[in-house]
Amino acid sequence: MFREFIEDDYVVSDADSKRPFECDGLSVYKQMPRLVILPGSTEEVRKAMRLCDQLHLPVVVRGAGTGLSGGALPHPDGVLISLTRLSSILEIDAEARLARVQPGVRNLQISEACDHFGLFYAPDPSSQIACSIGGNVAENAGGVHCLKYGLTVHNVLQLTFVTVEGEKITVGTEGLDSAGPDLMALMIGSEGLLGVVTEITVKLLPKPSHCQIVLASFEEIKPAGDAVSAVIAAGIIPAGFEMMDSNAVRAAEDFAHAGYDTTAAALLLCELDGTDDEVHDGIEKVARIFEQHGAITIRVSQDEAERTLYWKGRKSAFPAIGRISPDYYCMDGTIPRRMLSRVLGGISQLSSEFGLRVANVFHAGDGNMHPLILFDESKPGELEKAEAFGARILELCVEVGGSITGEHGVGVEKIRQMRIQFDDDELSQLNAIKDALDPKGLLNPGKGVPTLNRCQEYRAL
Amino acid sequence: MSKLLQLQDQVRSAVSDAEPLRIVGGNSKENLGRELVGTPINLGAFAGVVDYQPTELMITVRAGTTLSDLRAVLAEKNQMLASESREYDGKATIGGTIACNQSGPSRPWRGSIRDHVLGVRLINGKAEHLRFGGQVMKNVAGYDVSRLQAGAMGTLGLVTEVSLKVVPRPDASISIRRPIDASGSIKAMNEICSMPIPLTGACWYDGNMYIRLSGAYETIKSLAMRLDGEILTNCSEFWTQLRDQSLPFFDTTSELWRFSIRPNSSHMMPNGDWLIDWCGAQRWLAGKYDLDEMESSSKRFGGEVSRHQAVDRKAEVFPSISEAKKMFLTRIKNSFDPAGVLNPGRLYSWM
Repeated sequence: MFREFIEDDYVVSDADSKRPFECDGLSVYKQMPRLVILPGSTEEVRKAMRLCDQLHLPVVVRGAGTGLSGGALPHPDGVLISLTRLSSILEIDAEARLARVQPGVRNLQISEACDHFGLFYAPDPSSQIACSIGGNVAENAGGVHCLKYGLTVHNVLQLTFVTVEGEKITVGTEGLDSAGPDLMALMIGSEGLLGVVTEITVKLLPKPSHCQIVLASFEEIKPAGDAVSAVIAAGIIPAGFEMMDSNAVRAAEDFAHAGYDTTAAALLLCELDGTDDEVHDGIEKVARIFEQHGAITIRVSQDEAERTLYWKGRKSAFPAIGRISPDYYCMDGTIPRRMLSRVLGGISQLSSEFGLRVANVFHAGDGNMHPLILFDESKPGELEKAEAFGARILELCVEVGGSITGEHGVGVEKIRQMRIQFDDDELSQLNAIKDALDPKGLLNPGKGVPTLNRCQEYRAL
Repeated sequence: MSKLLQLQDQVRSAVSDAEPLRIVGGNSKENLGRELVGTPINLGAFAGVVDYQPTELMITVRAGTTLSDLRAVLAEKNQMLASESREYDGKATIGGTIACNQSGPSRPWRGSIRDHVLGVRLINGKAEHLRFGGQVMKNVAGYDVSRLQAGAMGTLGLVTEVSLKVVPRPDASISIRRPIDASGSIKAMNEICSMPIPLTGACWYDGNMYIRLSGAYETIKSLAMRLDGEILTNCSEFWTQLRDQSLPFFDTTSELWRFSIRPNSSHMMPNGDWLIDWCGAQRWLAGKYDLDEMESSSKRFGGEVSRHQAVDRKAEVFPSISEAKKMFLTRIKNSFDPAGVLNPGRLYSWM
């Protein structure tokens, strides 16, 4: 029936052609959908939603499939809507500093398209070469520059989405706000549970004229953590502020040859951007603070090549760790930064308890941790052990006042841990929103927010 | 009985008696939005700092805390609220500021009050006290119920506690003033706003464009000298008056229209009495105009218009919306407040 309004080539029902859609970036979860459709316009999305609503078919929406929480895992009885064909940049208004795009446009593509105007789109998740802006909206994606530039929710001006009944709704304005409850905030990060986003207007920022980075290594984790706090206390807001532990540093250095000090227990990367004067003053201050906190080595990037090289190490940390272990499981919890030593201590204790190695990559500026648990899927029981280890890390994050997910989303992966972060009344309020907007429960069922009977099952365990 | 339990109790009674409640903080914004109905439920006394972590750039306060008290606490650590929201002579509370999503002149660069909300605790229409979001900057677990409250004017819950991101205070601010007509200023402001410089204000008022830069004194001074205009090293009074809407422009008994539109939209109705802020994205118009005409102008420029004073507050004052969106909002309202006791009709007659 979908073929009545979508071209034949874009309605996929044979197993071989459906195969590429069976998982997203979290490939431990796999499921073949009943049908894959690739609509080519908002109108086709509306018709598809109306049909699914009529037929009570579950709907999972997929962007580029780079998500790390299984949010785009297909439903066995449902339709997978891939938005990759909605991939046009509809408008760039350089004067007003905004771009209107379709959801299938890649994150980096936006910055590339407005580069010659001296503008850029700020959120830069590490998958930015491949991930789509629609997926960024669904997950409220972050990146390494969140402390200064915010998450997706801070960089979107307007959204158009299609409801489960096929109605088209626009929220936000091309100005800076709109009257009434912030529906845009509700939609951003809702993981495809409340509607299908078909058009996005993003804010573009003037590219800073100068950008420089300080690289410092420390013999222990604690003084490195204290140095991060001291930089913030001095009134400096770095554009990026990253920390890596010894396992991550060594793997990254072997892979990228970025000049990292492989003897370090902790490495800090602090990037400042702004006008020449601002950056120059700031870099001096940061270097002094690192020195006062006992940094073993301090290096300041002298040109773009050096800055890029320092970042290359950090940005290739995940694939680098992929080389030293057959498999790794990337976690994504957030903590108040002052709890860093306690949490890293806890993680290292859990590491010996489970007998699995772990490497830590940390967005130090905003408290978002990415512990990478190293395991070997071919060894029986090791994946389950890694998952149990991960769950314990997330519990630890909540215990110290943090969150089970900073930027990867709940998806299927963290659905059980939602009950650690929220009590029954809170979950039932979240479910009430879902039930109100999707009464038949067709949009991305089983993801994001656990239903209460599911919680009770979990609590009984 | 604790103050919090009293508040929950009051909501519970309102539901059982089917008596609407009107939420009051500092009572500074009673003239905003539609007419108030219902028994007052007072959050003004529910005030104070719960937790402040300067090196985490985070503060948690009770909703009745006034902005001026909050400003004083943050200033001790050389920090501030980024949104530069209107203080209403010290009466405005943080709860009310979020409910109305009010932000001041620096909003285009430093973000709105909504942008800085990290988490809230609220009492919903079932008298349940719930926590959403948290105290950390990145947190995507569950729907963003905290930021949804911004602009809701209390219709989706009684916010009792808020965690906010705070920012360092800049060393100094310098402004420039350039005589220019409104139309020219829109172009000039948007040009300046495309430069990578530390801007914190861009406004046109009474024949002049005002641009503000904030940061280290020497840096912003040399940047200001490169912009064409008279340099004003002491201009804070002007920006405070703009923030607090105490400039003579706002001292009017006529209707006040607020446009939220694409910043480079061309100047409308050149004979009108205008104040242009936020680099052109927020425009105030004083005078009597036809509602339908204003709405179609705002839509043409990618935005919307709302009415702020001297209007019939029994009628709608906020932008008209599509049937589909109305249905969407109604469903959300019902999910938070099924009995419809929280500020009914404050935002729209039908919710």
